[in-house]
This record gives sequence, C-alpha cells and structure tokens, in this order.
Amino acid sequence: MTTPPPFNPFEISLSSEEEEVRDALGRLLVALGPLELDIEEAGTVELVIAEALNNIVEHAYAPDASGPIWIKCKHRTDGLHLCIADEGEMMPNGQLPLGMAQDVDVDMMDLPDGGFGWFLIKDLAKDVRYHRIGEVNQLDLRLAVAIPQPN
Amino acid sequence: MLKDDFMELTSEVEADICIITVHSPRIDAAAALAFKDGVRAAAQDGPDKVILDLSAVTFIDSSGLGAIVASMKHLAPERALILAGLGPTVQKVFKLTRMDQVFTLHETRQQALDMHRGSTCDS
Repeated sequence: MTTPPPFNPFEISLSSEEEEVRDALGRLLVALGPLELDIEEAGTVELVIAEALNNIVEHAYAPDASGPIWIKCKHRTDGLHLCIADEGEMMPNGQLPLGMAQDVDVDMMDLPDGGFGWFLIKDLAKDVRYHRIGEVNQLDLRLAVAIPQPN
Repeated sequence: MLKDDFMELTSEVEADICIITVHSPRIDAAAALAFKDGVRAAAQDGPDKVILDLSAVTFIDSSGLGAIVASMKHLAPERALILAGLGPTVQKVFKLTRMDQVFTLHETRQQALDMHRGSTCDS
C-alpha cells in the first residue's frame, strides 16, 4: 500500500444561502488539495456535497430564513468521510428520501425537472446515514475517492 | 447579451440555428433561475433549432440539470434544444440521471451545427 498523503480533518461552516454553498464548495475543494483528487473524483465530491447543501438550503430551512450548516471532513483508507449538520426542519418522517431514479422514458412534457438530488447522492456516495439529534440534522456519508492503491 | 451575477449568456443565429453560449462556469442552484430566464429571452422569436453550447461550463448540479430540462420543455414541441460541448463532469450528471438519452448531445458546437444545418426540426 502506498502511504496516504498527510491530511488533517477539517471543518467548514456556512449559512444556508445559495451563494454561500458555492463558496463553501470552493473552500472544500481547496482543503482537499493535498489528496490530489483527479477531475472525476473532485467532480463527484463537488456534486454530492452540492446536492446535500442545496437540500438543506431549499428544504431544511424555510425559504425566507437561513441558518448554520457545518461540514466535517476526514480521510480514511476507504475514502472521504463527511458529516453535514444543520439546525433546520427534520427530514419528512425522520428518514432519508428514497432517492429513486427518475423515469425519463416519458413524453418530453412529462419529464421531471427536479428530484434528481437524492438519487445522485445515493448513487455516488456510500454509507449514507441520517440522524436527527435533538434540534440538529446530521447526514453522514462516505465517498470512495483518494483510496490508496496497492502497489 | 444577458449578464447576471450568476449567469452570462450570449446568443447568435447561424444557418438558421440559434446558438446560445453559456459563459458562466457553473449552472447550479444559485444560477438556475437566471439560466432559465436567460435561455428563454435569448431564444425568443428565434429559429426553431436552438443549440446550447456548454463548453465553458465545468459544473452543473441537479438544479442546473432541472433548469436545462425546463428550458427544453419551454421550447417544445415546436422547437428543439440541442446540447453541445459537455465536459466530463457535466456529462456525468446527464449519464447518471439518464438525461443523456433524452437530449441530443454533440461533442462540439461545430458538430451540432453540421448535423442540424438545413435539416428540419423532426429529422
């Protein structure tokens, strides 16, 4: 096994606004710099975290209210472990959405123009778990990137 | 030219095809609304075929994808939205959601132009 590059866990905080999501994704990718992700891996990380953050901005917090979001990230031999927390509304029924693939074999006018977010998260991330802890939503997930290859 | 904090688009007509070029690197949740409005305005009263040149776009999320689908539906059924120049990360989102089977995709804007020049909308 190659030795993973030195990488310290880090935390990013933002408030639940679309522009802040952009900024936080930029900060996240900069902080992941030492892992030297390839373009495919970086794209996966950015997409999954963007979807998770967008869901919080759009659904956990009310449209006219904003609140705090925290992202914690650490690296292990099986990839990146991310924890995203917010103080918004609980997920419906306290559970993760199913995140089913949308049916695209339909008439063009019936094509869905939303609802892809959870499908993308569940498709690209591993070990996706949701917990409501007191007044806090916590989403844990793993991204199988930056995994040391056996020589 | 539409210029917004979140979305910059230009449009031109060539060989009776409207070409809309997205200059912003991201079509994300922050840009989705401006994108939809921009495409709508740029394509208004123009040719039936609209090529969307995405070669400058490096990132889209599901909101951006939804905005592209909504733009296609807005133009349909008389008019077609044809996509060109999808980079690897953008292409991935289309593939995963199977939207690559719904849209006509071309590697470059030139290929899209060559393919659709002179043909009718339904061919």
